[in-house]
Amino acid sequence: MRDRVWIVGGLAVFAVALTAPFWCAHLGTKNLARMPNLALPANQTQCVAPVEYMRASHMVLLLRWREEVVRLGQRRYVAFNGKVYDKSLTQTCLDCHNKEQFCDRCHSYAGVSGPYCWNCHNQPQTHVAGTSLPPMQPEAAAPHLAFTSPSRFPAQAPHPQSLSFPRSMP
Amino acid sequence: MFMFEKAIVGSRRYWIWLFCLLGVIAAALCFYLYQFNVGLGVTGMGRDVSWGLYIAQFTFFVGVAASAVMVVLPYYLHDYKQFGRITILGEFLAITAVVMCILFIFVDLGQPARMLNMILHPTPWSLMFWDMISLGGYLLLNAVITLVTLTAEREEVAPPAWIRPVILLSIPWAVSIHTVTAFLYSGLPGRSFWLTAIMAPRFLAGAFCSGPALLILFCLLLRKMAGFDAGQKAIDTLAVIVAYAMSINVFFILVEAFTVLYSRIPGDVAHLEYLYWGLRGNHHLVPWMWLSVLLAIVSLVLLLVPSWRRNRLLLPVACVCVFLALWLDKGLGLIVGGFVPSPLDTIATYTPTLPEWSIVLGIWAIGAFMITVFYKIALGVRKEVGEMEVHESTLVAGTASH
Amino acid sequence: MKKITRKDFLRLTGLSFLAAGAIETTRAVTGSAPSANASPAAQSSQPVRWGMVVDLQKCQKEKNCDICIRACNSAHNVPQFDDPKHQVKWVWTQPFETVFPFTQSSYAGQSDAQAPVVLMCNHCASPPCVHVCPTQATWKRDDGIVMMDWHRCIGCRYCMAACPYGSRSFNWFDPRPAIAHINPDFPTRTKGVVEKCNFCEERLAQGLSPACVEVCPQKALVFGNLADPNSEPRQLLRQRFAIQREPELGTGPSVYYLV
Repeated sequence: MRDRVWIVGGLAVFAVALTAPFWCAHLGTKNLARMPNLALPANQTQCVAPVEYMRASHMVLLLRWREEVVRLGQRRYVAFNGKVYDKSLTQTCLDCHNKEQFCDRCHSYAGVSGPYCWNCHNQPQTHVAGTSLPPMQPEAAAPHLAFTSPSRFPAQAPHPQSLSFPRSMP
Repeated sequence: MFMFEKAIVGSRRYWIWLFCLLGVIAAALCFYLYQFNVGLGVTGMGRDVSWGLYIAQFTFFVGVAASAVMVVLPYYLHDYKQFGRITILGEFLAITAVVMCILFIFVDLGQPARMLNMILHPTPWSLMFWDMISLGGYLLLNAVITLVTLTAEREEVAPPAWIRPVILLSIPWAVSIHTVTAFLYSGLPGRSFWLTAIMAPRFLAGAFCSGPALLILFCLLLRKMAGFDAGQKAIDTLAVIVAYAMSINVFFILVEAFTVLYSRIPGDVAHLEYLYWGLRGNHHLVPWMWLSVLLAIVSLVLLLVPSWRRNRLLLPVACVCVFLALWLDKGLGLIVGGFVPSPLDTIATYTPTLPEWSIVLGIWAIGAFMITVFYKIALGVRKEVGEMEVHESTLVAGTASH
Repeated sequence: MKKITRKDFLRLTGLSFLAAGAIETTRAVTGSAPSANASPAAQSSQPVRWGMVVDLQKCQKEKNCDICIRACNSAHNVPQFDDPKHQVKWVWTQPFETVFPFTQSSYAGQSDAQAPVVLMCNHCASPPCVHVCPTQATWKRDDGIVMMDWHRCIGCRYCMAACPYGSRSFNWFDPRPAIAHINPDFPTRTKGVVEKCNFCEERLAQGLSPACVEVCPQKALVFGNLADPNSEPRQLLRQRFAIQREPELGTGPSVYYLV
């Protein structure tokens, strides 16, 4: 019975430690971070899906796009309003959104540091900026694009008869 | 919970040993975090030798895990009573070895966080999938078996009848884990060193000598440290098993060498040449492989002469020789030798780095920690039951005298 | 009503886990085989099997030419590591005698034996890497391309052990610092995944031919549909003697070499 103090005390410390995040959040109510100031695209008013869906489930959409593009080769996305998009994080999403001022701000506000998209995917070198964003460095600084940008290749397909590309994409 | 109270009472020596092991594990964890953050490039592996010490150790310890069958089978199938005291030791060794195997696979992964993709996207045409099934199943089987039999022993009742089929199932299952592990390698085109039907039998023979050799060493150690007597008869029988299995293992290696060296197909000869003679000036593994040969010969001589095999001083020496010979052969040469020379005829030198050795040492320490705790529990239960018997008998004697 | 004891509860939980696992396994066993993943090609009536013919004479005309390698490297953000152990290779060259051992007589000239042969993933008809991958992170598309899903790869490197051509590379370190200019249109990889040539799958989807083919000044690399008897590679293979790398292994490489 002499151990009772230790047992009860230990349990109390454990309970406090376990619930610490909640207490900290409550005690610091006054210092709650202000809502993030998200830079919305200037050139578009409608995303590829309704705002409510994108806000809650953009990761579901991105994962589905990922599977469909990489594994099924289906690259075109027909949106709810009939508009057709290229299923691409870097080309479609980042065409309008700015990573730092949109994705990162909200993710850091919500404390979601998880997704490692950017370990591999790059930010486009030129993109239409949000309201307050200066244009990023010009494309001319990248000589390697001579090989990579499809438009820079001579449009000659050297052996058209053999390049019977399946055109029956959805 | 599962008699763990037996593991938290012990001598000073016991606690010092456990804390030393924890220290090694902690150091290894630091090195693992370093590897996790920087990448597997901190190991000695590269594009040509793309599997190294981790996978080789995995292979070796699958054998140790499978070898539990060498005590379980005589006891349960042939009712060989002498093994009654050590089956539990064999099963605990199996559990420990399987956990070590899983850890060796884990530290070898480039993206360990995605490990569960193997379950999320089950792929039955990959041998790796079946390796996961067989190892996981074997771990589960042995966990259930040890829990049930030890609980029964503690309560001094016969184990429930349903455990017998589970134990019998664990016998072919043990064979399967090492067979599937051999199939990981022997089914690959273009790696001629591994492309041999005798790989699985050879693995099993190697397992059935290195595992029981380790068990003999544990029994001798327990006799010294904890006053546990496995029974001289049981140890003698284990030594006979080690002798037979080691002979078969050496025979299989010689068979393999004959096929390759007599047929003289250059692509096949190159691997053996690299391991035992050196290829184009690269003698990296040659001394180690010959050390393995030497240890194998010494152990065979010691084990095959009956009086030496029963000698209390020579038997542990023979067991250490068997274990080291197999460790070098299977835990080092087999994997590296399969990669060198590469299909594009590159001779890459593979030297494990400090982080790599530390992580391997850490996993060994985890194994040593587990086996210490498990054996402590098993012996604790035995001791408790023994004391109760003594107590009861004195009680009975006391009442009788009244 | 019977009371559920803790033991019963644990038993039931265990059983339901087992049942769920069994369903998943049955689904996997009875489900799709490696090549059953649909791709656009499956929907077209004409079968497609992409392949390449390398004209070694043309290729070796210009000494030390590496324009195809550079084109590939910058198109796909292939990192450049100095240590040969950590190199990542999509398209690269290797001396003839190591690529095609025992193909030449032992009396051939030394320069022939050392002549560089351009190498890449063979996009096998029966790819060993695909058979061994435990997560289907690599698979064969219906158009013959052996694809990689870098999101799914766990980095076990079983495919590297299985590939008899050394076509697969592992990212031993973070590749980004080793890329001089990042092409924003193609992802880099992360450390801990395996990668290899993808026959410029991303360019094929846009109706372009692979980057290496496009930039070759000698037109030594000929790309096309091997399933189409009138395609350029098929015409070349009819007219001239061609070899594949280690065809005796039964992998069915889609890359042919005119010697």
